[in-house]
Amino acid sequence: MTSLESSKPRWTRLGHTFLDRAALMLKNITVMQKYTVFSLLRNGLSGHQNWSPAWRSPPLRDKYDVIIIGAGGHGLATAYYLAKEHKITNVAVLERGWLGGGNVARNTVTIRSNYLRDQSIPFYVKSVELYEGLTKELNFNMMHSKRTMIDVVHNYPKMRELRRRQLTMDIYGSTYEQIFTEEVRRRIPALTGGGPGSRLPVIGGMVHTDAGVNRHDAVAWGYARAADAHGVEMHQQTPVKSLIRGTDGRIEGVETVRGTVRAKKVVVAVSGHTTTLTETVGLKLPLRTMNLTAFVSEPVKPLVDVVVNCPDLGFYFSQSDKGEMVIGGAPDSGQSFRRDIKQHVFEDTVGAMLELFPSFKKLKLMRQWGGHLDITHDASPIMDETDVGGLFVTAGWWGGYKAIPAGGLTMAHHVATGHPHPLMKDFTVNRFKNLEFIMETGTTTAR
Amino acid sequence: MLLITCPFCGARNETEFVYGGPVGRDRPDAAKVSDDEWLDYLLIVPNPIGPVHERWWHARGCGDWFTIWRNTITHDIVDGPDNE
Amino acid sequence: MNNRLAQGGRIDRSQSLSFTFNGTRYLGYMGDTFASALLANGVSLTARSFKYHRPRGIVGAGVEEPATLVELLGDDASGNRPATTVPLSDGLVARSVNCWPSPRFDFGAVAQLIARFIPAGFYYKTFKWPTWHLFEPSIRRAAGLAAAPAAPPTAGHFESRSAHADMLIAGAGPAGLIAALVAGRAGARVFLADEANEPGGSLLSRNLTIDGKPALDWITAVAAELAAMPNVVHLQNSTVWAYREHNLLCVNERNPDHSTILERNWRVRAQQVIVATGAIERAMVFANNDRPGVMLASAVQTYINRYAVLPGRRAVFFTNNNSAYAAAADFAAAGGEVAAIVDSRREVPAAARAQADGLAVFPASVVSKVIGHHHVRAIKISPLGGGEAQSVPCDLLACSGGWSPTVHLFSQSRGTLSFDEGLAAFLPDEPAQNCVCAGAAAGKFSLSDTLQDAATKAVEATLAAGFNPAEPILPEAQDAPYSVEPLWRVESDAKGKAFLDIQNDVTVDDVHLALREGYSNVEHVKRYTTGGMGIDQGKTGNINIIGTVALQQGTSLPDIGTTTFRSPYTPVSFGAISGLRECSVVLPYRHTPVTKWNHARGAFMYEAGARWRRPGYFPKPGEGFQEAVNRECRAVRNGVGVYDGSPLGKFELKGRDVGKFLDLIYTNIMSTLSPGNGRYGLMLSDDGLILDDGVALRLDEHRWLISTSTGHADAMNQHMEKVLQFDHPDWNVMVTTVTSQWNNATICGPMARDVMEALETDIDLSAEAFPFMSFRDGTVAGLPARVVRVSFTGELSFEVNVAPRHLAELWGKVMTAGAPFGIEPVGSEGSHVLRVEKGFLSLGHEVDGTVDAFDLGMGWIMSKKKPDFIGKRSVEIRRAGGSVRRELVGLLPEDPNAQIPEGAPLTPGGVKKATKGLVTACVWSVVHDRWVALGLLENGHSRHGETAHVRLTDQVIPALVTKPVFHDPDGKRLRS
Repeated sequence: MTSLESSKPRWTRLGHTFLDRAALMLKNITVMQKYTVFSLLRNGLSGHQNWSPAWRSPPLRDKYDVIIIGAGGHGLATAYYLAKEHKITNVAVLERGWLGGGNVARNTVTIRSNYLRDQSIPFYVKSVELYEGLTKELNFNMMHSKRTMIDVVHNYPKMRELRRRQLTMDIYGSTYEQIFTEEVRRRIPALTGGGPGSRLPVIGGMVHTDAGVNRHDAVAWGYARAADAHGVEMHQQTPVKSLIRGTDGRIEGVETVRGTVRAKKVVVAVSGHTTTLTETVGLKLPLRTMNLTAFVSEPVKPLVDVVVNCPDLGFYFSQSDKGEMVIGGAPDSGQSFRRDIKQHVFEDTVGAMLELFPSFKKLKLMRQWGGHLDITHDASPIMDETDVGGLFVTAGWWGGYKAIPAGGLTMAHHVATGHPHPLMKDFTVNRFKNLEFIMETGTTTAR
Repeated sequence: MLLITCPFCGARNETEFVYGGPVGRDRPDAAKVSDDEWLDYLLIVPNPIGPVHERWWHARGCGDWFTIWRNTITHDIVDGPDNE
Repeated sequence: MNNRLAQGGRIDRSQSLSFTFNGTRYLGYMGDTFASALLANGVSLTARSFKYHRPRGIVGAGVEEPATLVELLGDDASGNRPATTVPLSDGLVARSVNCWPSPRFDFGAVAQLIARFIPAGFYYKTFKWPTWHLFEPSIRRAAGLAAAPAAPPTAGHFESRSAHADMLIAGAGPAGLIAALVAGRAGARVFLADEANEPGGSLLSRNLTIDGKPALDWITAVAAELAAMPNVVHLQNSTVWAYREHNLLCVNERNPDHSTILERNWRVRAQQVIVATGAIERAMVFANNDRPGVMLASAVQTYINRYAVLPGRRAVFFTNNNSAYAAAADFAAAGGEVAAIVDSRREVPAAARAQADGLAVFPASVVSKVIGHHHVRAIKISPLGGGEAQSVPCDLLACSGGWSPTVHLFSQSRGTLSFDEGLAAFLPDEPAQNCVCAGAAAGKFSLSDTLQDAATKAVEATLAAGFNPAEPILPEAQDAPYSVEPLWRVESDAKGKAFLDIQNDVTVDDVHLALREGYSNVEHVKRYTTGGMGIDQGKTGNINIIGTVALQQGTSLPDIGTTTFRSPYTPVSFGAISGLRECSVVLPYRHTPVTKWNHARGAFMYEAGARWRRPGYFPKPGEGFQEAVNRECRAVRNGVGVYDGSPLGKFELKGRDVGKFLDLIYTNIMSTLSPGNGRYGLMLSDDGLILDDGVALRLDEHRWLISTSTGHADAMNQHMEKVLQFDHPDWNVMVTTVTSQWNNATICGPMARDVMEALETDIDLSAEAFPFMSFRDGTVAGLPARVVRVSFTGELSFEVNVAPRHLAELWGKVMTAGAPFGIEPVGSEGSHVLRVEKGFLSLGHEVDGTVDAFDLGMGWIMSKKKPDFIGKRSVEIRRAGGSVRRELVGLLPEDPNAQIPEGAPLTPGGVKKATKGLVTACVWSVVHDRWVALGLLENGHSRHGETAHVRLTDQVIPALVTKPVFHDPDGKRLRS
């Protein structure tokens, strides 16, 4: 016992010991230190000195079975499912910056499955389902809030398009229902604009009850912690300079700032930097990197209980549990790695928001940021083994947050078995060779 | 909001222009070229961290289409390799 | 007001103001902030903290305030406001946030009893069972601070403006003012913005002299000189809150000219930017450093000198640098008792001691703890490095942890920072744009250094902007030098929470916990603890967090770096950002001269493509949607109807190479068209997807008029110009948009010719003289017109094109001439029915980004003769891929009265499995008195006569697959 502990009153030391014994009886299932209200209480009594690190910082070895480049949502989820579902644990996740520091660190966290195409809908339905069970799966509170999303519609072609989605979604068990304007206003009382005499009157809405929000940092940290508990290694501040291709054309490993690391299977999960990496082995992919911004208001008392999406006006938002409105819009024009704000795009988004929510005029902007995502010609992702044998890519995610669990699950399957998972089998690189687009441009934040 | 220099009108706000995508290869002779070459032209575009060659249209101005080199990190409009 | 000093301050004692806080009325003066007025009235317990509900008071004097947020009530309501930034006005009513019923008796204070169980990040470890939903509502209610404003402001509005400047200067303290003088005198356009209600910056808070006189005299003189320069815009109450790309900055001007404008947002494009935003004092970190009565030393100095408020009677000053000594001296001069100056440095520089003559100084000592719960009662002084503590009674503890240059804007501009060991601060390093920091923002902490630095940098920037500045004569400033030894936190055994982020209740233990749990990057620490993520964005504490991390990890601050600085510098109302963009200003209407007539006729109007306001249908009194549409369709099929086709995109193309150009952009051959005739064409993009369709007319050998769909007109313009200017700059083709130059009334139906004759025209309307797909110029109803025989309805049709100024007149005459024939105006809904019956293409319905012309049964339009046209190669590649194609079919529901929703999927046998197609349109056909539909079905062309199944949620609708045309398949009627 340290001097600090010996100075504590006797009763806390006894309490500590009793709960320790109780915890010892419960503990044994995984190496991972379990987060429970009991462990919280126990640690509270001992000044929180006994929490173990969420993930280790082991030395970087020079060989692994699988290397995952990018400790973002998709990379970490892939690592977890490789270990959990396929018992592949000799895995290193190489992250150029800090773990979970990419798009998953600055996200509007809208989780939904209201897509258009048969190839897409079941994938996102699965992802939503996995998200709903993720707190339990990872023993980490995702703060998953099944909020329901309401699309607020202003013109009939959009309503028709959404109804088309509804009828196809229905086949795959995802719900989407049309509601009248009165019901829209009843469920979103703060929506006081868009009246019959206004410029863009609300003509109705669509309700997607499966939609939810959660805490993005928890997703990254939860997956990382659980993967680490299975033996996956996290390596931060380890930028990959290039991929390495063997004489047989297959992937051999990667060149990092900390040396060469070999692996027969490499997964590239780096969002906007995908082409930068793949070009190092001469692999060209149909991707371009764009900037997408979001912003938050100051925290205020609960006002909006659903996720609000306005496809005609081009903005969407929800209210976080802390009280901030988290608002997003459409991407900027032009390729960009700047992760910054374009003032005219921002003003358009704010103007559109105030059109429907005029009471937000005196609500204040607290912070704003940008992230870079890479998009394909058809706004659908690429999840595939490339022409470079052993090199897997998960990219083109325009709206990749909601896809993290299913993306990780299916990519892990592909890496482990060599066969694509049924849910992602259409998201191939080669669909572009036949120009077989999976057009989802209406379902993302298109401008 | 970029400040873009139109060759005819001078420096104008980005809102006067419409973005026209990056400059890839020239359009090959579609009747003669191989499938792979055609697809490469159609789908693969430069995606650099650094200067990118791109097209802009002065839609709310003189109607001129022109190209600039813009750095994708700083957004500075720079001279291109052949100083266009 | 028992804390108000009898003399001094910048307040206007002639204007007494009354205000209410938590139900109690107080008095203050014009020029007070809410905070200064509260302190003047002796109110020190003003808030409860976010998580632990600990009692809090006022800590700072400006935007850096971390503790006291207030909620204004009534029309002033605007969410959370730091009390230090609310200018006092008469009748202001405000209350504390986050406590109930009052800061003194707060039920939430019970949170302090379980504080040890709710450290940073505790919610990740618990609240999991059964689900988060059980806990979420209570947590949401407990969070959120102030209520959102319930309504937009009733009085006043927001505005936004643009400005250009040779130089934008952020901050009108001594650095900003001298920079503005240099640039302004040289004739440069200067835009000077400062967040306070008057210029002067830190000089408003300090007793300094310039040229032997009070510094404020110099400020007044400079401001007057600047006011007389027409090339200088000088705004106060204006915060530069964002620095974007290409030297675009945003400035939020509050209540300009005390007019009805609540806030005005400026977008300023500046050639050069000088960031003269000063520096912000850091807090000190030790046990119970959050108690009411613990303030920043500079804030104490500000309250005394600027607001004539003495925030306590017996003060202890705790510092690691020289600046607090002047504050202590001012406190003593105002009549307060300085019980001690506790300096953590082993050697206190003579320059510091000289400022606080006669005051008791305790070097090599720290304040290890505050005693008192609702207010400071005493503090414990401990020797640096440990040892016995002595208790010193006091009612005010003024802390100075050193100064952090306000580099936010510089960092937003993507300039880099570097850590200066001597100043223990992050200073601006490499700029990324034409931007430079000056004065305290650049780490110059004495007044004479500030003036020198700002003048030099202003000269450079003014030269760079293309002007010739005169070498400025610097005034003499008397100020003490600055020196500091960092003390990121007090290391001691004292019990009590030591706060690094007062607003979000983040303690040193929380940061240590984060590090212990492996959240080792400073960004992780911030996110895990939420330190620096509050409304104050950690202005007084972020560097201390970094220092605490460095101490714990055994690294240095430069190794760790700062977290990213993001806009806004301080919160900005959304209304100000949006300005006057409302309603039709944001999205202007587009309508035709017939709109008024449509309204008068009772049309149901809605938004169609490209912001056009279109009539959907024209219900007669008592008619519903279907009845009206049926009536309109019957008129067109059996008699005559008229619709306004004006919004169609139209382009006139001139030049020798137009034919060649059209052959490139259309799938079919256009160049063989002879003058006087028209041809329907399809346009693809180079990836083979359908871009648009429309009719092209050849006016003469080198002049054409092409039309496009309404919604894609702008995109087509862009496309044509791009192809011409980039791919074929050598081709002689000029494109002119004439969408708004030609309006039309389209008369359609078997009796269309009769109506045209009744209108009186010099055009020979006979079928021989004027065949289908041709046009004639002439006079119709006395108006110059071009009449085109195209048909989107499948009936005989005359599209009468006139100048927009003639359309209303033409329309009236058409209605009159058509009356004997029972003419009806037709809306978009009716047109939709008519085109579905004919199986004509509609871009929003059948074309969804996957089908090509062959799928639509329009293979004939894909020229085999042309070696190339835009899209040809891609279509070939796609079809060669051999995938199953969804092809256009007609669908007749087995039950003629079964309506199929548009978009409904077709599945094999109607089971809930992967779709094989969908219904693209379904309309009631008055010709057949039943529902008819179009759809896309896998291999549809070869499945006529089969039964397809529509799968709805609870229903399956079988339908017969047919050819996609239900009326006049040979087109006899439209050719008549």
